[in-house]
Amino acid sequence: MILLIRFIRRYLKKRRAAQPERRSGKRTPLQLVAHQTRYELLAFFRNKQSRFFTVALPIIFLVIFVSVFGNDKLGPTGIKASTYYVPGISALAVVAGSFVNLVISVTAQRETGVLKRRRATPVPAWVLIAARALTAVVVALGVMTILLLLGRFAYGVTLPSRTLPGVILTAVVGAITFVCLGFALTTAIKTEDAAQPMVQAIMLPLYFISGIFIPNVNLPRWLRDVAMVFPVQHLSDGLHHAFDPATHGSGIVWIDLGVLALWMAAGLAIALWRFTWTPVAAAA
Amino acid sequence: MDDAVITVRGLRKRYAAVEAVAGIDLEVSRGEIFAFLGPNGAGKTTTVEILEGFRRRSDGEVRVLGVDPAHAGSAWRNRVGTVLQESAAEPGLTVRECMQLYAGYYDAPRDIGETIALVGLQGTEETLGDQLSGGQRRRLDVALGLIGDPELIFLDEPTTGFDPSARRAAWSVIEGLRELGKTVFLTTHYMDEAENLADRIAVIAGGRIVAEGTPQTLGGRERMATRISFTLPDGIGSDDLPLRASTQNGRVAIESERPLADLKELADWALARGLELPDLDVRQPSLEDVYLQLTGGPE
Repeated sequence: MILLIRFIRRYLKKRRAAQPERRSGKRTPLQLVAHQTRYELLAFFRNKQSRFFTVALPIIFLVIFVSVFGNDKLGPTGIKASTYYVPGISALAVVAGSFVNLVISVTAQRETGVLKRRRATPVPAWVLIAARALTAVVVALGVMTILLLLGRFAYGVTLPSRTLPGVILTAVVGAITFVCLGFALTTAIKTEDAAQPMVQAIMLPLYFISGIFIPNVNLPRWLRDVAMVFPVQHLSDGLHHAFDPATHGSGIVWIDLGVLALWMAAGLAIALWRFTWTPVAAAA
Repeated sequence: MDDAVITVRGLRKRYAAVEAVAGIDLEVSRGEIFAFLGPNGAGKTTTVEILEGFRRRSDGEVRVLGVDPAHAGSAWRNRVGTVLQESAAEPGLTVRECMQLYAGYYDAPRDIGETIALVGLQGTEETLGDQLSGGQRRRLDVALGLIGDPELIFLDEPTTGFDPSARRAAWSVIEGLRELGKTVFLTTHYMDEAENLADRIAVIAGGRIVAEGTPQTLGGRERMATRISFTLPDGIGSDDLPLRASTQNGRVAIESERPLADLKELADWALARGLELPDLDVRQPSLEDVYLQLTGGPE
């Protein structure tokens, strides 16, 4: 992680040396998105809380769960615990990177006036949103890649190359879904302090009933039905299928992607309707 | 050519049952430092936010740099700098990175090093924004408002929470903006700030402009009586004085329309009796006195 920060820092320094500090001329929107994303990522990796909860914690979870259950057979198909937990904790990493982190940081930026100040500049609103979403997706996929590599080299969990497109597609759709839901949830949170407990209160129970910490065949029927409504279950199920050695075909579960897409649409609709750039607590 | 940077005619803003801004007119010319004063809840923030394009008006006409801010886009924002009343530093970024981020938003930004120097933040370039002192953070805010090289700058209470020397430093930055030919729309609660910086002042109270003028003439200040005051010497009653005066707690106050003549009369009278008036004070009403009178006095 520290290496990654050093890398970004060195990269920025090099750019600085290469460019004069006064630049003239319009940037294209895509250049603006890249510009914003670069600084968002830098800010993300500078933040201790982000580094711990979004990057380190999923890795710690994977190590703990695999150490405890190791070679046990889990689930209806009797797959090895390590093979079970790599996709499960990957789903958690996607949620942590694209939802938990986003809700907390965006709410704080809104309430401290950072978003409002950015909106006072010529940068288009959609560029800021796109860059924040891209940051979340990059972080989510980055942490997931670390988990996959850890699973591969420490626990011998091979990722079937046949289903790799399925894993990536599911993770990307999942990440975008949770970005939309994250923006939607910020509209319901009035203060910076309320963001952390709010996201944890929503996500912790869902992690438990959506097959992330425990295979949900161990859950009572009604609890499984509840889980089926929420997107965490479908992200985790999609990833589990792509990983399961018993999977044939591409490993893409369209029904899971479909439910994720519905949540994505709902989140996007709420975000477009309710999202504000100015502090909410101060206005009340 | 019309030299008005801001033109406001009959501006109104209604919230449910309350009319926060009840029909105001304003005009700010190019190159001017314009101070907009008013107590909290007088409609000041609402007006500023309408001019900045953050809030919609209910009625009236508003032109800022020839454009209606309610429909202004990127081209307009390239010409306007905004220093908000409250905004934290960009989390996780150093002063220089913060400046680079914001410089990237504009078509033709100012030089970053030069702008950092302009607000006196040299030496803090590699410091994280959230580790700056309150005064330094405010200066970073000002620097971020200037980085786009705007023609017009909104400064919303730029020196609140500053110690006196930091305030003086900020004033010289704002004076510097005048020399650069910028137009500044300033709000402040400090009358000395308005007096030192502003070319013109408007005071809003209860949603209306109650006075407008230069710091010297605001609210008829130049025609207001000068106050001569001193402590009544022992053994002298207020009836013995040569001028009409009011006395409170042994302290005499004379409201004078012709202070020089009245002072001579007072001095002749005192010297003839061998009296000294050691705590004699001659004072024109301060901008603060005028302001308090205009906005309904101290609460």
